[in-house]
Amino acid sequence: MENSIAWIFIFPLFGSVACAILGISNRKICYPIAVLSMAGSLWAGIETLRQVLSVNDHTVSYLFGGWTLDAYPRGVGIEFHADILGILITLVVLGVGLLVSLYSKLPVEEETPGKEPLFYTLFLLQVTGLAGICLTGDAFNLYVLIEVAALTGYGLIAIGSNRAAAATFNYLILGTIGASLYLLGVGYIYIKTGTLNMVGIHDIIVAEGLADSATMQVAFVLVGVGILIKMAFFPFHAWLPNAYSNAPTTTSCLLAPVVTKVMIYVMIRMVLSVFGVEFSFESTLWTDVLPWLVVVAIVCAAVMALAQREIKRMLSYLIVAEVGYMVGGVWIYNYYGLIGSIFHVISDACMTLCLFLGAGLILRKAKTTHFDGLRGLFTKMPLTMTGFFIGGFSIIGLPPTCGFFSKWYLITGGMVSQRWEYMIVLMFSTMVMVVLFFRMIERIHLAVSESGENLGHGHGDLGLTDQQTRFDEGPLSMLIPLLLASAVVLVVGIYNQEVVSLIEVFLSDFNLPRGEGIK
Amino acid sequence: MKLLSYIPVLVVGVLLLYAAKDFPEWGSPDAPASKSPVSSHFIANTGVDTEVPNMVTAVLADYRGFDTMFETVVVFIAGMAVLAILKNSGRKKLVKREFEVDAEPDLIVTNTVRLLVPVIQIFAFYVLAHGHVSPGGGFQGGVLMGASFILVALSWDLETALIRFPLNWTTILGGLGIFLYAGIGLLSMFLGGEFLDYSELANIFPVSREMARYHAMLGVEIGVGLTVTAIMFSLYANLSTEGRLQRGL
Amino acid sequence: MFEDGTIINELLIERLNYFIYVVLLLIGLHAMIAKKNLIKKLIGMSIFQTAIILFYVSIGVKEGSTIPVYLPEHDPHGSHSVPSDTNETSHFDHGPVILDSSLVKGYANPLPHVLMLTAIVVGVATLGLALALCQRIYQGYGTIEEDELLAKMESREIRSKTLSVQIPKDQKLPKKDELKKEKSRSVSKSKTLSASKPKPKGKK
Repeated sequence: MENSIAWIFIFPLFGSVACAILGISNRKICYPIAVLSMAGSLWAGIETLRQVLSVNDHTVSYLFGGWTLDAYPRGVGIEFHADILGILITLVVLGVGLLVSLYSKLPVEEETPGKEPLFYTLFLLQVTGLAGICLTGDAFNLYVLIEVAALTGYGLIAIGSNRAAAATFNYLILGTIGASLYLLGVGYIYIKTGTLNMVGIHDIIVAEGLADSATMQVAFVLVGVGILIKMAFFPFHAWLPNAYSNAPTTTSCLLAPVVTKVMIYVMIRMVLSVFGVEFSFESTLWTDVLPWLVVVAIVCAAVMALAQREIKRMLSYLIVAEVGYMVGGVWIYNYYGLIGSIFHVISDACMTLCLFLGAGLILRKAKTTHFDGLRGLFTKMPLTMTGFFIGGFSIIGLPPTCGFFSKWYLITGGMVSQRWEYMIVLMFSTMVMVVLFFRMIERIHLAVSESGENLGHGHGDLGLTDQQTRFDEGPLSMLIPLLLASAVVLVVGIYNQEVVSLIEVFLSDFNLPRGEGIK
Repeated sequence: MKLLSYIPVLVVGVLLLYAAKDFPEWGSPDAPASKSPVSSHFIANTGVDTEVPNMVTAVLADYRGFDTMFETVVVFIAGMAVLAILKNSGRKKLVKREFEVDAEPDLIVTNTVRLLVPVIQIFAFYVLAHGHVSPGGGFQGGVLMGASFILVALSWDLETALIRFPLNWTTILGGLGIFLYAGIGLLSMFLGGEFLDYSELANIFPVSREMARYHAMLGVEIGVGLTVTAIMFSLYANLSTEGRLQRGL
Repeated sequence: MFEDGTIINELLIERLNYFIYVVLLLIGLHAMIAKKNLIKKLIGMSIFQTAIILFYVSIGVKEGSTIPVYLPEHDPHGSHSVPSDTNETSHFDHGPVILDSSLVKGYANPLPHVLMLTAIVVGVATLGLALALCQRIYQGYGTIEEDELLAKMESREIRSKTLSVQIPKDQKLPKKDELKKEKSRSVSKSKTLSASKPKPKGKK
């Protein structure tokens, strides 16, 4: 379909308006509206992917307002620019959106009673903003969409408890600094190039040799730092753990998998398509400094995660570590590192989704996500725990989950660029994650509490009553999305070659070092 | 710790000043931003493309109409999010403040406002409708309109204003504004163009393609105005009472 | 000090706007990072965003140009806005034309203004949301000073943690009571605090 790219955001946009208006008289109607509009949007996304794959240069550009490229100069109207990378990440966002909207029925009703219409309005607009970020081809439009995603995010987190509101305030301040720095960077680009269209900016940078101009270099720093703040890269990560661990279940399920990943996508897009490979990697400042920052980031985040005794908080620190992986994969600067980075964006979204959906179910049944509440959960809710640990094994990087393959490419990238510190730190954090998840399994099976006290009475006894270990799975509306998500983790892992070949098609346009000399 | 916070500030400052000396000459017509084909196209061709004399309106509502749609969405989000954050959050019971006195609304104030509000509202319509020709448009008109309701709330009390503009209506109007904006875009898509390609509306209205853009822009601005009016008032009502919607300032 | 070509001369005389915007931006940034009061942080945020707006508007400056609204002689609708006392209406009676490049120099660049309209609206929306968050925080913790807030959150966290560990799952009630008690205590404390300090909320 010709306009499928527009339908991607038309569905959730109109859906959110419908939720806001119809939700006043009937709250029950919001859930079906949200699920339907997410499904429609996903359908449009798949349709667009087909369209992208069917054209020769694998890009589809859509000009809003009919300001076509043949009749008007580029940059007059706003362009949506879908290439393989963009549409892949969009599909990830929409898929996560659909699964979480399916999942959301009970948690939203229970955690934010009376606010369902507001919740779903913000939820759908969040997805609209994130999907728009992946597709837009206009630097300023990107800022507006980042703010759409950010403001809905603040609302969705703070809709819960007072503690969440306090955490959101920090998120808001840091998020605004990040977005404003990005806006300032766009201004610096605009003052030198006179256009806001991403393709146009790249053409002018190449044509006029702006790589040496101080303005452009500062613009690069501003845009880069702005995005790093938004993606919670290590020194700027302070907002993330508090915000995500205090948010309502559905919110953290939606935000944790996609928001940071979408910002990493923005970084890749800026580096590759806007500033260009030559510009971005020419100065050794970034390629030297950032990987070392990544090392510090991953170590710190992993150690912090080790110190947590609460699942959601631990997962939040894991996200910070994962962000370090992906940033490192980009800035070690080679072909395999980038493949690993992009693949990891996709697989990390799937496995984080798995983990957070699982954590939501555990929270619902066990009433706590503290490690001490986990005893005996494998007998009580085996399906949930299976789904949860598929996500966990993927984060560790066990084959055949998708996490293994993306980590494989990242390590290959580190080897090709001879970035031993990056490789070592990847191994280190893998080991930390092994400890994290196997410690959880231990907590589930052993009768020892966190303080070392033995609660059981001998072999195999967990110190629980029969009632507490009885089979008691979570509701199907929450269980099915979790199982689907864990299935996706496995499927993406098994069919990793298909995904990688798509990414390779995208990267073949760029001149990246492949390290043939070393092999 | 206090000193530590100066470090990022200083780094940013040095960085920005370092770039400032590389900027094109101040006010020069030959600066890239002023000379670029995009900017020249806006200035030279707005009249031909859309027949709107005010280029800012044309760029805002038509050339970069997609941006403006999401800008309206941002306003709507703010309204919804504030409602979400403050609804049912705090103590239901009103705590009487230390300096509060029970008094009837002041006679002079209320009668002045009685006179002022219609003028403000008419002026809001003027600003909205005249945005094509002079500075103005949906946002400005909407803010003025919202301000007239806020004035009522200030001079009487919030309940009086809420009788005239109930809070549910702000949500409905805010949603309708976006619906109108995106609906015009969707309609032009159904008529064969791209999303927001207003010129396709000439197929169903008896006007030229350029004038179709002109009139659709007015429709879009009305949508923006509706949303901004509603959300401005809703923001005031919620923020002035911590979401209780009683008494107000 | 002010000879041609020196950086100071360039910044202070030729490009004063760019200098001022940097200063404003730094003031805002410092307030956002270093101030302890949440409202002061928000004031800093507003200054920060205003500085960026000043920067963008400075890009749009073009010497010898007028505002980006067509003058009567270029108006697409011809006589539309001609003053009535001149009798030259017929002279201006024309359809829309493409302006040639010498006339293009006479109008300021509309794009930065449009962008800033968007940025202003985004700024207002963010500010509104942030104020709502402040009110929510004040309701919950009775303070909007960051250090007091952190201390309160920490003490509550420790309390709830010890409670959730010691009390079996089916006996949740005492925890809620405890929290309520704590809440009322914190409220009363904030009252005594606010008697000595002016309350940060605007008041008639």
